[in-house]
Amino acid sequence: MPIELLIALIPALPLAGFLFAVLVGARLDHVPIHGHGHADRDKHTDARHAGAVDDSAFRGVPSEEEQAATSPHAGHADDLANAEGAAGVIPAELNDGLGQSGHVTPGAERPRYRSWIVPTGLVGLMWIFSMIVFAAVIFGGNEYEVTIYEWIASGDFVINISFLVDGLTAMLLLVVSTVGFLVHVYSIGYMDGDRGFWRFFAYLNLFMFSMLLLIAGDNFLMLYVGWEAVGLCSYALIGFWYKKPSAAGAAKKAFIVNRVGDLGFGLGIMMIWVNLETLSFREVFAQIGTLDEATITVIALLLFAGAVGKSAQFPLHVWLPDAMEGPTPVSALIHAATMVNAGVYLVARANPIFAEAPVAMWTVAIIGVFTAIFAAAIALTQNDIKKVLAYSTVSQLAYMFFALGIGAWTAAIFHLVSHGFFKGLLFMGSGSVIHGAGGEQDMRFMGNLRARMRWTYLTMVVGSLALAGIPIFAGFFSKDEILAEAFNRGYGVFYLVGIVVAFMTAFYTFRMIFMTFWGTWRGPKAAWDRVHESAPTMVAPLLILSVPTVLVGLLLGIPPEGGLIHGWLEEVFHDAGEAGVLPGSIVAGGHHDFELFGIGGLLLLVGAAVGVAGIALAYRWYVQRPESAGRFVGRIPLGLGPGMYRASVNKYYVDDIYQLVWSRGGVLLSNALWWFDAKVIDGAVNGAGWLARTIGGGLRRTQTGRVENYGLGIAAGLAVVLLVYATVVR
Amino acid sequence: MDGFPLLSAIVFSPVIGALILLFVPGTNHRAVRWIALGAVLVSFALSLLLLGYDPAGSEFQFREDLPWIDAFGIRYTLGVDGLSVVLVMLTTLLSVVAIVYSWEPIQTKVKAYYATMLLLMVGMLGVFVALDLFLFYVFWEVSLFPMYFVIGIWGGPQRIYATVKFVLYTLVGSLLMLVAILAVVIAHAASGNSLTFSYEALRGFAYTDSLQALAFVAFFLAFAIKVPMWPLHTWLPDAHVEAPTAGSIILAGVLLKLGGYGFLRYNLPLLPDAAISFAPIIIGLAVIAIIYGGLVAMVQPDLKKLVAYSSVSHMGFVMLGTFVFNEQGLQGAIYQMISHGITTGALFLLVGVIYEQTHDRQIAHMGGLNARVPRYAAMFGLFTFASIGLPGLSGFVGEFLVILGAFRYNGLVAAAAMVVVIISAVYMLWMFQRVFFSVPSDWMRKWWPSLRDMNRTEWIALAPLAVLAVVLGVYPGPVLDMISVPVDRIIEAVNGAGLTGFGPLW
Repeated sequence: MPIELLIALIPALPLAGFLFAVLVGARLDHVPIHGHGHADRDKHTDARHAGAVDDSAFRGVPSEEEQAATSPHAGHADDLANAEGAAGVIPAELNDGLGQSGHVTPGAERPRYRSWIVPTGLVGLMWIFSMIVFAAVIFGGNEYEVTIYEWIASGDFVINISFLVDGLTAMLLLVVSTVGFLVHVYSIGYMDGDRGFWRFFAYLNLFMFSMLLLIAGDNFLMLYVGWEAVGLCSYALIGFWYKKPSAAGAAKKAFIVNRVGDLGFGLGIMMIWVNLETLSFREVFAQIGTLDEATITVIALLLFAGAVGKSAQFPLHVWLPDAMEGPTPVSALIHAATMVNAGVYLVARANPIFAEAPVAMWTVAIIGVFTAIFAAAIALTQNDIKKVLAYSTVSQLAYMFFALGIGAWTAAIFHLVSHGFFKGLLFMGSGSVIHGAGGEQDMRFMGNLRARMRWTYLTMVVGSLALAGIPIFAGFFSKDEILAEAFNRGYGVFYLVGIVVAFMTAFYTFRMIFMTFWGTWRGPKAAWDRVHESAPTMVAPLLILSVPTVLVGLLLGIPPEGGLIHGWLEEVFHDAGEAGVLPGSIVAGGHHDFELFGIGGLLLLVGAAVGVAGIALAYRWYVQRPESAGRFVGRIPLGLGPGMYRASVNKYYVDDIYQLVWSRGGVLLSNALWWFDAKVIDGAVNGAGWLARTIGGGLRRTQTGRVENYGLGIAAGLAVVLLVYATVVR
Repeated sequence: MDGFPLLSAIVFSPVIGALILLFVPGTNHRAVRWIALGAVLVSFALSLLLLGYDPAGSEFQFREDLPWIDAFGIRYTLGVDGLSVVLVMLTTLLSVVAIVYSWEPIQTKVKAYYATMLLLMVGMLGVFVALDLFLFYVFWEVSLFPMYFVIGIWGGPQRIYATVKFVLYTLVGSLLMLVAILAVVIAHAASGNSLTFSYEALRGFAYTDSLQALAFVAFFLAFAIKVPMWPLHTWLPDAHVEAPTAGSIILAGVLLKLGGYGFLRYNLPLLPDAAISFAPIIIGLAVIAIIYGGLVAMVQPDLKKLVAYSSVSHMGFVMLGTFVFNEQGLQGAIYQMISHGITTGALFLLVGVIYEQTHDRQIAHMGGLNARVPRYAAMFGLFTFASIGLPGLSGFVGEFLVILGAFRYNGLVAAAAMVVVIISAVYMLWMFQRVFFSVPSDWMRKWWPSLRDMNRTEWIALAPLAVLAVVLGVYPGPVLDMISVPVDRIIEAVNGAGLTGFGPLW
C-alpha cells in the first residue's frame, strides 16, 4: 500500500471507531441495573475516616485543619467517583440505571462488554500503520504530503485538509499511537464495571482522531482544528463522571482556560495569514523572513499563548491538576503523554518563526524555567498520587519549553518523546494503584503496596527512575541534554534552576514511590485484604511501556547532544539555525561535540548526582526517619516553614485568585451589564412607549365630544388670532 | 423548466396551503397539520431546485417580471442570486422544522396557528426574492404581522407586552425604511430617469451625499432593529421568551436574517458612500454586541433568554463581517447567518423539548439531566459546541472568516471580537454544566420519573439540523461557492472607483 494512503487512513480509522461506538456501542454492552455495589464500598470508606490514621509522619506541619485543607479529595477515589459523588445524592427511586457506578457487587450478574472490540481493534491497526509510516519517514528519509480536499475557500483564503508527515510529526506519531493504543487496552480493564463503557471508548477514539489531525496537519488552521477538537475530547473525558460536580466543573475549567490561550493562538494564525496570505507550514516558514521583527515577535507570542494554555504553563496551568478528575487512562493519554505536548509541538513546529524573534524565545524560556520550578514546588507537598503526577507533568513540560526557548529544539522533542512514554507509564501505574487499593488516591492512606502489587511496583519504579533522571533510563538522557544545552548555550542561571528542579523531581517522585509502595499499610485494615494486582489488560501495557522507558534514551540519546534523534530532526530544525545561542557561550565558541571526559561528562555527572541525591533525601524522610520532614519545615528560618508549606499545598493560591478575579469578577460585570440592559436600554425603550402613551392620554382629554368645549376652543382661538393681529401685525 | 415561475411557486405554495386550510374544519387537527406540512414540504422541495443556480451565470436568475402598479413604475420582479438561494433554502428548511415541531406542542386554535405560520413564511421568502423595492417592502411587512399573532396568541404569560413591543419596535424601523425607499426612488426619478422601484435600476445611481446619509440611517434603523444590533436589541429576549418554540425557531432562524440580508442587499450596494462612512460606527456597535451579548447571556437564569442574548452576540458577527468590506468578512457574515439559523434554531427547539415536559426553563431548576435523557443531552451538546464555534461544526467557519476579515480591517477589532471564544465557552458550558451535569435540583426531582427522552417528532424536526451542523462545518465548499459571486459584487459596489465615502457628518 502506498504510504500516502496509510497516512490518510491513520486518522480515518479512529474516526470510524468513534462513529461505530456512537451508533452501536450502547447495544454491545450489557450492564445489569442492580449491579451497583456501593454499599460495602461506602462502608469501608467510612471506616477509614473513622479510624484514626496516623499520618503525621508524612505531613510537614501536623495540625488538624491542615488535614482538611490538604486532602480536599480524600475519598473521592477515581473509579468510585460516581458511587460517592452521586449515589449518595440521587435517591434510589430516581436512579434509573443510566448513571455510572463503580464495581459490581460480588455475586451479582456480571456486566458484559463488547463495545471496546472495534474501537480498540481499529486503533491497533492504526498503530501498525503509524509504525510503517514512522519507518518510512525516519529510516527512509522521506517526507509525505497528502491532500484530502479543499476545506474552506473564501477569496484568497484557501485551506486544504491535508497532511504533512516529516521527522517531527513522525516522532509524535510514535508516541501518540503507541501510548494511545496501550491506553485503549488498559481501559478495557480499568473501565470494567462502568456504565459509560462504550461512551468512554467513543471519546477515546475521537481523541485519537483529533490528536492525529493536530500533529499531521500541514497548515496552521488544521493544527488549530485538531487543537480545538482535542480540547473537546478532553472536556468530555474530564467530565466523564459527570454526576460528580467537581468533575463537571473541572471539565468546564479545562476548556475555558484553554480557550484563553486559543484566543491568542487564533489571532496569531490570522496575523500570519493577513501578512503572508498563506497558512501552509512550508510557505509560511519560507516567507517569514520577509516580515519585520516586531510583527514576527507578535505572531510568535500569540502562538505561544496557545501553547501556554494547551501545555498548562504558568499562568494557565490551573486546569491540568483539576483535570485529574477524569478517569486515570485519560490522565495517562491526554494529560500526560499526548495532548499536553501539543503546545511544545506548536512551538517546535513554528521554530522558523520563533528563531526570528529573540524576544519571543526569551519569553518561552523564562515561562518554561519559572513553571518548571513553580510546579515542582507544588508537587513536593501534594498527597493525591495523581496530583503529584499532574504537577510533575506541568514541570516536565516546562522543561521542554525551557529547551525550546533556548533553541535546543531537538532536546525538547527528545524529552517530549521520553516523557510521553514514562509519564504515560507512571499514570497508568497510578491507575493500577488506585484500582488495587480500592479507589484510594490519597497516598497518606497507602503503603506497602509492593507486597501485593509486584508488577505495578516494578514498572512504576522504572518509570520513576526515568522521571528522576537516573542513568540509563530515558529521562536521564533527555533531561540532561536540555540542561547541557542550557549550559553550553550560555544560560548559566537557567541551568542552575534546572538542576534544582531535577533534584526536586527526584525527591517528589520517590516520595510518591515510598509513600505508596513502602512502609506499612495506613489504610483501613479491611481494605488491605482487598488490595490486589490489577488485571492483565492493565498490567501488560505497563510492562510494554517499561521497554521504551528503559531503551529510548539509550537508543536515541547516545552520544549526548548528538544521538540518532538529532539526525532524524535535523531537517525540521534546520531553518532555526543557531537561534538562542548567547554570545560568549561554549556553543558560540564553536564547541559542539560532546566529550565524556570534559564539560559534557561533568554535566552528566552532576545531573545524575542530583537525581540520586533527591532519591536519597526521599528515602531518608519517608522511609528511614519519617519525622524529619516535619522537623525540616520547623527549622526553616524566621518561622516561614509552615507558611511555605501551606502555600505549596494550596498551589500558591493561584486558583483562588483566579476564582476571585475572573469567576466572581466576570459574574459581577455581567450582572452589572444585565442591569444596564434591563434598566437603561430597555428602560429607554419602555420610556418611549410610556411617553407616547402619556402624551396621547393627555391629548385625549381635549377630545371630549362636547360641542360647548369645542365652541370654547374656537372662540379662544379666534381671540388669540385677533390679539396677534392687533398687536403684532399692526 | 423554462417559463415555470419557480420563485412564485416557492413563495406562494404556503399561501395555497393556507387557503386549503380554510376549507378544513378546525377541529380536525390531524388534517390541518398534514396540509400545513404538505405546503411547506412543497415549498422546500421546490427550493431545492434553486441548487440549479449557476454561480458563473448572470446575477439574478429564475427571474420573473410582471407589471403591477404601472402608474408608479412598481413591478412584480423576483429573482435570486447566490445569497438569496442559500437564505431561501434556510427558510424553507426551518419552516419544515417549525411545522413538524409544532405537531404536539400546539393544541389550541390549531388551524389559525398553521395558517398564520404559513403566511409568515410567504413574507420571509418574499423578502429574499423580491427585486422591486415596493414589493420588498410589502413582503417585509407581511413577515411582521403573522409573528405578532404567533407570539400574542400562542405565547407565554407576558405575551401581549412582548408582542406589542416587538411589533411597534420593528414597525418604527420599517416605516422609516418606506420613507427611505420613496426618497431613493424619487431622487432617481427626479434626475430624468423614469419612475421605477426596480432594484437593479436604482442600484449604481449616484445619490447625493446628504440623501445617502439620511436614507442610510433610515434603512439602517429598519435592518438594525431586525438583526438586532446593540442597543436596539431589547425586544428580542422578551419576544423569544414569550414566543412558542416554533415561533422562536423562525424568529431566530430566519427573521433576524432579514436584517442581515437587508444590509447586504440594500444598504451597501444602494448607498455605498454612506456605507463606507458609517462603517466604523457600525463595526464599533457590532463589537459591543458581540461581547456585551455574551456577557449578559452568561448570567441569564432563563434558558431561552440565554440563547436569545447569545443571538445578539452571534448576529454581531454578521454585522462585523458585513461592514469590513472584504471577501472573508462578507462570506463569513453570510455563513454565520446560515449557521446561526441552524444552531440557534436547534437550540430553541431543544429548549422547547424540556419546556414541554416541565413548563419551566429556569436553569437553576435543571441539573443532572444527562443521566435521565442522554440522547437529548447529546444533541444539546452537539449544538452547544456548534454554537461555541468548535472547528468541524458549522459555527466555526463563519466566525473564523468574520474575524479574519476583521483582522484585515484592523487587528484590534479582531482581537476584541476574538474574546468571544472565551465568553461563548463560558456561558454555554456553564449552562450545559448546570443543566446536564451533576445531580438534579430538588425541583427537577419532581419531574424525574416522568421525564422522557426525545420523541419521534422531535427527532424528525432536529435531525436535518444536526446533519447540517456537521456537514456545513466539514464541507462548507458548496455554500461558499454559492455566495462568493454576490459577495464580490457587493465589494465591487462599495469599493468601486471614486467611492471614498463622504466626510464625517459633524
